[in-house]
Amino acid sequence: MLRVALSRLGTAVPSLIGVVVVTFLLTRVLPGDTATYFAGPVASAEAIAQIRAQLGLDQTLPVQFGRYVADLARGDLGTSLGTGQPVLHEIATRLPASAELTLSGLLLAALAAVPLGILAALRQGSWVDHLCRVVTTAGVSLPVFFTGLLAVYVFYFLLGWAPSPVGRLDAFATAPPAVTNFLLIDSLLAGDTETFLAALSQIALPALTLALFALAPLARITRASMLAALDSEFIRTARASGLNRRTIVLTYAFRNAMLPVVTTLGMVFSFLLGANVLVEKVFAWPGIGSYAVEALIASDFAPVQGFVLTMAVLYIALNLAIDLLYGLIDPRAKEG
Amino acid sequence: MSAVPLLDVRDLTVEFATRRGTVRAVERVDLSIGKGETLAVVGESGSGKSVTSYAVMRILDRAGRIAAGTVTFSGMALRDLPEGEMRDLRGWEISMIFQNPRAALNPIRPVGRQIEDVLLQHGQAGRGNARARAVEVLESVRIARPAERYHAYPFELSGGMCQRVVIALALACRPQLLIADEPTTGLDVTTQKSVMELVTELTRARGMSTLLITHDLGLAAAYCDRVVVMEKGRVVETASASAIFRAPSHAYTRRLMRATPRPGAGLRDLLPEGAAPFPPAPIPGAPLLVVEGLVKEYPRAGGSLLGRLAGRAPAEAPFRAVDGIGFEIRRGESVGLVGESGCGKSTTSMMIMRLLDPTAGRIAFDGEDIGAIPARRFASSAARRRIQMVFQDPTDSLNPRHSAARAIADPIRRLGTLRGAALAARVEELASLVGLPAALLDRFPHQLSGGQKARVGIARAIALNPELVVLDEPTAALDVSVQAVVLNLLHELKLRLGMSYLFVSHDLNVVRLLCDRVLVMRAGAIVEEGPVERVLGNPAAAYTRELLAAIPHPPA
Repeated sequence: MLRVALSRLGTAVPSLIGVVVVTFLLTRVLPGDTATYFAGPVASAEAIAQIRAQLGLDQTLPVQFGRYVADLARGDLGTSLGTGQPVLHEIATRLPASAELTLSGLLLAALAAVPLGILAALRQGSWVDHLCRVVTTAGVSLPVFFTGLLAVYVFYFLLGWAPSPVGRLDAFATAPPAVTNFLLIDSLLAGDTETFLAALSQIALPALTLALFALAPLARITRASMLAALDSEFIRTARASGLNRRTIVLTYAFRNAMLPVVTTLGMVFSFLLGANVLVEKVFAWPGIGSYAVEALIASDFAPVQGFVLTMAVLYIALNLAIDLLYGLIDPRAKEG
Repeated sequence: MSAVPLLDVRDLTVEFATRRGTVRAVERVDLSIGKGETLAVVGESGSGKSVTSYAVMRILDRAGRIAAGTVTFSGMALRDLPEGEMRDLRGWEISMIFQNPRAALNPIRPVGRQIEDVLLQHGQAGRGNARARAVEVLESVRIARPAERYHAYPFELSGGMCQRVVIALALACRPQLLIADEPTTGLDVTTQKSVMELVTELTRARGMSTLLITHDLGLAAAYCDRVVVMEKGRVVETASASAIFRAPSHAYTRRLMRATPRPGAGLRDLLPEGAAPFPPAPIPGAPLLVVEGLVKEYPRAGGSLLGRLAGRAPAEAPFRAVDGIGFEIRRGESVGLVGESGCGKSTTSMMIMRLLDPTAGRIAFDGEDIGAIPARRFASSAARRRIQMVFQDPTDSLNPRHSAARAIADPIRRLGTLRGAALAARVEELASLVGLPAALLDRFPHQLSGGQKARVGIARAIALNPELVVLDEPTAALDVSVQAVVLNLLHELKLRLGMSYLFVSHDLNVVRLLCDRVLVMRAGAIVEEGPVERVLGNPAAAYTRELLAAIPHPPA
C-alpha cells in the first residue's frame, strides 16, 4: 500500500511542476497592470514605476520566475496587495471554511444520491426512478445562486427558521479553539454544543444548496453503474444460489458499482471546492473561492497563484486518496 | 426412470417483452427428470434451452415471464410459489452452474466468502463454523490447498478452478437437482473432462439429478442418460442418449449430428445434402513462411517502476511464453496450431502477424525476414498486405459503426489502390466469393447473424489476395451448423485462391477437417508435429494422446 502511494506521488511531481510554471505564466499574461491598479487613479508615472520595482515586475520573466520558485521553496506564497496579508496565512484560514462547506454539501449529496440511485436502478420506471430523474435534472439546471437565494428567501425571510445568511458563525457566538479549523468538529471537540448548533444552523442552507447541485451527477452515476452491476452474470449466480435481496443488492451489486461512484465523488469534490464561489458570495462565506475571485478582479497575482497551486495540490492528493480507495474496493486494482 | 419425476415441466411457454412486441422464446416445452437421472438439453443458440432452465429457477430477467404451463418440483408447483419460498429452494434444493465461470463469480469478493454467503443463507453453517465449512466445500471439489484458496479472488484463479468454485457454490447445500448451463464451454478439453467427471462423480455419489444444457451433442451423449433436443423454442426429440446417436428420428437432430465434426467425417460430410466433392488439393509448393528459434519473453509481474529506476534487477527470470519454436508453412498448405489456453499459440500467431515483437528468432516470409521489422512499422511494409487474419469473435472484431461493405473495403482503402466504383465492385465480388448476399452489404454488424458476420470477417481478410491467412479460432463462437458451412467455405477459398492457412484452434476435430499438417503446442514448445492423419490417428507424444482422450466420445 505504502509503495503504491509513493509511486503515485512520484508521478504527481511533473504535473506539480507544470502547474507552477503555468500559473506563473498565466498570472503574467492576465490583462491589467498590477502596479497601475494599486498606485491608484491619480498616481504619477514615477509612483507607478516605483511600485513596479517594489513588486519586482520590472525584472525579466525568468528572473521573476526564479524569485517565485525560491519563495515557494521557503513556503512563501507572497503577500496579497489587496489585504496586505501573507497569502499562505489567508489560504490557511479560508481553506477550512471552504472545505467544511464543500464536504458537508458533498456528504449530504452522497447520503441522498446513493440510496436514490440504487432505488431508481432497482425499480426502473417506478415513481422513485422518475423522482430521481426530476431531482437530477433540477440539480443540474438550477444555478446555485438561484437555489441559494431561494433557500434564503424561504427559510430565512419567510419562515425565519435559518439565521441570517452571513458567514460561518453569527456575531454573538464565540469561535471554538482552533484544532482542525472546521467549526463543526472543533466545537464538538471543545464540547460546546451551543456553538456547534450555531455553526450547524449557519452551514445548513449553503450546504443544502451545494448538495442539490452535487446530487445530480452522483445519483445518475449510481443508477447507471447499479444497472450495469445488476445485469452482470455474478448477480445471476447470486440469485440462483438463493441469496436474499439485501445481500444481492448491497454486498454483491453495490460494492461492484462503487468504483465509478467514488470516481465521480472525487471529481465533484474537486470542482466544487474551487467553483462554489457563487454559494460563498450568496451566504457571505469567508471561503477560498471568493478570495480568489476578488484577487483575480484586482489583478492581485500572488493570491491567484497561491489559490491555483493549492487547488492543484489538493487535486493531486484527492486523486491519490481515490486510487488508494480503489485498491480497498477492488482487489484487481492493486495489481496495476 | 421412477414413477414420480423429481422435476416435471409441462407445456412451458416463456415470453419476452421486446421493443418489437412479445417474443416467444420457449413454446410448450415438456420435460421431466427422475431422481438420480441425468438429462441433457441440446440445441443451438436461440433454441430456448437456457431460458427453459431460468424459467424453472424463476430467475428470468425483468422482460421475461412464464406465459403458460406448469413446473412441478418434488410435488410443489413452482410457478405459484411465493418468491420467499422460491428463494429458499434456490441453491438449497435446485442449484445452477454457468458458462463463463469467472464472470459468474463476484469479482471483488474472496471465493470462500461467496461460498459462506450461500451456506449462511440456507442455514447450513453458523457464524462460528462458516469458514471451516466453506473450506470443506472447496476441498470436496478437489481444490488443492483449500484453506489458502478461500482467500483467493476469481481473477487469481484459472478458468477450470473458477468452474470448480462455481460447482462448490452450487453443491454446498447438497441440492437434489443441479442445472448445468454450458458448464464447460470455453474451457480446454482436458479441463472440460475433469470438470465433467467431477460433476458426474459428485452428483452420482449424492444421488442427485442433473440437467445439462449444452450445444455439444458429444458431451450430452457421453455424460447423460437421456437427451432432449430443442430447436427454436420447441422440443423436437426426446430419447435415450444411445438411441439418439444410433437412430436420430427428427430431421433437425440428424442435421445437428451431421454438422458435428467427428473422426471419419470429411468437410463435405458436415453439410446437409451432398455437395460436389472438393477437387484434390494441390501438392504444397515452396515454403512460404519459415519460423526458426522463435522466442517471446515477458518480464514477470512485480518489480515496480521505482525499483527498476533504482537499478534493481527483477528477481526471477522472465516468463517464456514461446520457447524457441520452429516450423514452416508451404504455399497452398494449411497448418493447424493446437494447444490449450496459455500454451503460447496466440502469442505465436501474433508474432507472425507482426503485432508483437519476438524476443529472438527468425520469421521469414517468402525469403524476407519480417521478424526484423518492428511491429510498429510493419503496417507500412510491403509484406503486410500478403498476410491477413481472421479473428475468433466475429462480433467483437467488426467495428459496430461500420457497415459490412465498409468493413470489407477497409483493408483495400488502407493498403490497396482501388477506389470509387472499382472498390464497390470488388467488395461485391468478395461478398459473392464468401457467399454473403449483396443486399446485406449495407447492414451493420448488429443486424447480421453470427455466420454472416464470420463471412464479413473472412471477406475482409481475403480482400487483398493474401498469400497467408492466420485463422485464430474462426469458428469457436459459432453454432455447429454454421461452423460446418464456414469451414467448407474456408477450404473452398483456399483451393480457389491458392492461399496458405495457419489455423489456430483448440478443437482437434476441426483441425482434422481443415489442415494438412498439425503442430501441437504445450508450454511454449512444439511437442509433436506431422501430417494431421498421422498425429491425430496415431499420436506419438503423450500430451497429444491426452488431448485426444479428453474429447467427449459418445457411447458406441
